[in-house]
Amino acid sequence: MNALLIAALLLVLLSVSYQMGWSRSRKLADTTGERLHSRPVYHGAFVAIWAILPALLVLGIWAIFSKSASEAYILSQLPPEVSTGPQGEMVGAIERVKSIANGFGVVGEADPTESAAASAYSQFRTLTTLVVIAVSAGLGVLGLFWAHSRVAHRFRARNSVETAVRIALIACSGIAILTTLGIALSLIADAVQFFSFVNPLDFFFGTVWNPRFQSTGADAVGQYGLLPLLWGTIMVSGIAMLVAIPVGLMSAIYLSQYADYRVRNVVKPIIEVLAGIPTIVYGFFALVTVGPFLTGIGNVFGLDIRATSALTAGIVMGIMIIPFISSLSEDILHQVPRAMRDGSLGLGATKSETIINVLVPAALPGIVGAVLLAVSRAIGETMIVVLAAGNSPVLRLNPAEPVSTVTVTIVNQLTGDADFTSPQSLVAFALGLTLFAMTLVLNVVALYIVRRFREQYE
Amino acid sequence: MSDAAFGDIDNRSNKELRELVHKNLAGRHRREAIFRTLGIAAIAAALGFVIILFGIMLSKGLPAFWQANVHTEVYFDPDVIKGGPKPVQEAGQSDADYQQKVLAWQRTVTLSNWNNLVEQSVRRLAPDLEVEKRDVLAIITSAARFDLRDMYVNDTSLLGKTIPVALLASADADNWVKGKLPRDLPDERQQLSKGSRDLADRLLTDGSMTFDFAMHIFTNVDSRSAPASAGLAGAFMGSLYMMLVVIVLAVPIGVASAVYLEEFAPKNRWTDLIEVNINNLAAVPSIVFGLLGAAVFINYFGLPRSAPLVGGLVLTLMTLPTIIIATRSSLRAVPPSLRQAALGLGASRTQTVFHHVLPLTFPGILTATIIGVAQALGETAPLLLIGMNAFIANIPSSPLESATALPVQIYLWQGNENRHFFEGRTSAAIIVLLALMIVLNAIAIFLRTRLEKRQ
Repeated sequence: MNALLIAALLLVLLSVSYQMGWSRSRKLADTTGERLHSRPVYHGAFVAIWAILPALLVLGIWAIFSKSASEAYILSQLPPEVSTGPQGEMVGAIERVKSIANGFGVVGEADPTESAAASAYSQFRTLTTLVVIAVSAGLGVLGLFWAHSRVAHRFRARNSVETAVRIALIACSGIAILTTLGIALSLIADAVQFFSFVNPLDFFFGTVWNPRFQSTGADAVGQYGLLPLLWGTIMVSGIAMLVAIPVGLMSAIYLSQYADYRVRNVVKPIIEVLAGIPTIVYGFFALVTVGPFLTGIGNVFGLDIRATSALTAGIVMGIMIIPFISSLSEDILHQVPRAMRDGSLGLGATKSETIINVLVPAALPGIVGAVLLAVSRAIGETMIVVLAAGNSPVLRLNPAEPVSTVTVTIVNQLTGDADFTSPQSLVAFALGLTLFAMTLVLNVVALYIVRRFREQYE
Repeated sequence: MSDAAFGDIDNRSNKELRELVHKNLAGRHRREAIFRTLGIAAIAAALGFVIILFGIMLSKGLPAFWQANVHTEVYFDPDVIKGGPKPVQEAGQSDADYQQKVLAWQRTVTLSNWNNLVEQSVRRLAPDLEVEKRDVLAIITSAARFDLRDMYVNDTSLLGKTIPVALLASADADNWVKGKLPRDLPDERQQLSKGSRDLADRLLTDGSMTFDFAMHIFTNVDSRSAPASAGLAGAFMGSLYMMLVVIVLAVPIGVASAVYLEEFAPKNRWTDLIEVNINNLAAVPSIVFGLLGAAVFINYFGLPRSAPLVGGLVLTLMTLPTIIIATRSSLRAVPPSLRQAALGLGASRTQTVFHHVLPLTFPGILTATIIGVAQALGETAPLLLIGMNAFIANIPSSPLESATALPVQIYLWQGNENRHFFEGRTSAAIIVLLALMIVLNAIAIFLRTRLEKRQ
């Protein structure tokens, strides 16, 4: 309701200000017959920008700080022992007051201090909302009149608008940076909070993963050893690479060196279909088809292969990664100068000799980069392993046994009721940080290698 | 062709060398053939995976679109249906009063024993078969009684009439008549009792039980109590809201960043950093975006859990790099002569870009958008972390209400205990999802070829 009202007000402000700027410049041109520097459209846009920006700025600042401000206000209304008490209780008390103020009510009897705080808080909220709307509308109107007064013949409205457009464009490309910063900061902040419960050394070098359930009590911290999960991740990705590298690389070589262009035009898009299939579909495929199939094969040879195991998840993940490796390596093989290939063929080498002894060595850095990118995709893959790896966080060497991975554990620990205060859910962020760091290093190295490779042959 | 095979080349005569080469030639050609075969094998394996994947999904999923229905007649028995006639608004009666009366009437109607009607209408198909009430009801989905009730509430003139209806069979009965469970299992391991099984077989043989297209997969929401009538409508709306958020946010922001980086940005450290950063973001695991959403959008900004808005925001951040990278490559494809011509005629750089360059890249941007949306549509992992895996039994009416999404619905269904029924149901949902993606991509290809031809 509030949001809709504010949006409607902003729209009104926008259209009114644009109209005012436009008609004023138009009138100027009509009455004096002199030419304006900029067309009326730009004058309108200029006034609109100056009207809307201050208003948006105020609203934006409010959106960012309203939560901490209202929490601070609620704390000031509650008895002092709440704010000095443990973090969890403080958050709980604030939530109770908020839900009383919202009219949802709380479990059990509301304390008189809580009810008082709630009514004070709802007054505070109404008041601040009104003040913020008034301030933003006031600033908007001020901006409107200031900009309106500047409309004149010689005024370079177009240049101002273009500067604003450019700033907006820069801001949009800054969102990418903000996303990375947001990921890094939120992961680090919550991981640090997690490490206040668990020693980082125990986390990074522990060999037992047993987080216990939250419900067993506050002191049930459990053991958080990363190594079983990391080993699971490495094993599954390793199996995936064993499937994807030979198939992907050989298809790339065949398609780029042997195949007729007509064959290529048909086969290539079909293989790339594999890249577009959602991973949940692969997970289901692994669960209902590949797992039982592998168990069946294992029975024939007297091996005990579990239906959900590192092998199942790894093979299916390998299938998923094939198009990734094949299309990247094909691009890279195309970039190797033709002269090298022709030289080798001209000296009498067969095609396969040329490929093995000339093309692949020349393309090797690029292929390694592609493989690294594929590895980073494999270790970050979630749904296939959630469904098909068996979720058993124990250090095991046998790939036919169930494993658990970093990504699976993130999903397990953070799905359900996340309260962001217990180590059981905070550990997801420590795991996420590990995952993020691993993929970041792989990506940076891979992108650097691929870039260097391109420059080498350009 | 290592040196060892030739020995000391310099000291051999031409003739000797030629013989050596000839001797090796057969082996080299054989190795060539093997290598070539390996290549073909790799292609065949990759193609085989595609075929197997689609084949299995289709073979498992398509039968699930046809579900067993019992065609019978239902007698709206005045002795069973309580509540009497529907209240009418009298002159002078206030609206609130009338509403209250209607609600009270609906409550009484609901409390009537609708199961009796269901039972009677099934029994009339096999009057000679001696089965218990429980066994009769077990073969019809528990949602059938609500369907009958709704029929009556919408049209009270049905009272005392007998009309033909199709009652949806329960999940267990569907499994049984489709033969998904071994028929020779002992009684205690069967989901249905002996009586129910006999009744189902009887109805199937005498033709009153048929397999009809299950339209409700598209119109119903998820259901736990009546799995046979569970549908995708709620998940579909959730996905639709998320895709709208993605399109509204990711496309303008993505295109704007691409335009800045490609057309305006000076070559310096800062733009280099943005570029490396975008390439990196494209390769960050999707689940990390889920963590970001949980920590920032839900925990810090306090947005509601399970809301498509939050899901859309997370997916927006995830698809931005894809859209930026694809848009940049289509901007790069615009010939520089166009920019030079516009600049030469006195247009400013902004005018050049927005009036001349950007319109040309429209097909490219469209493709980028669809690629991004398709990627976002299939994403599951980040949504699990922001609570979109909750069980939601209604269609969300705004992006702020709790909802689930198509891939998450697949995840939820594959974990259902009724494996035999939900394996088919999950595959059916997968077919819907894959069909949506194929349609999206087909639209992209169609529009692109059309638009490119026009230019």
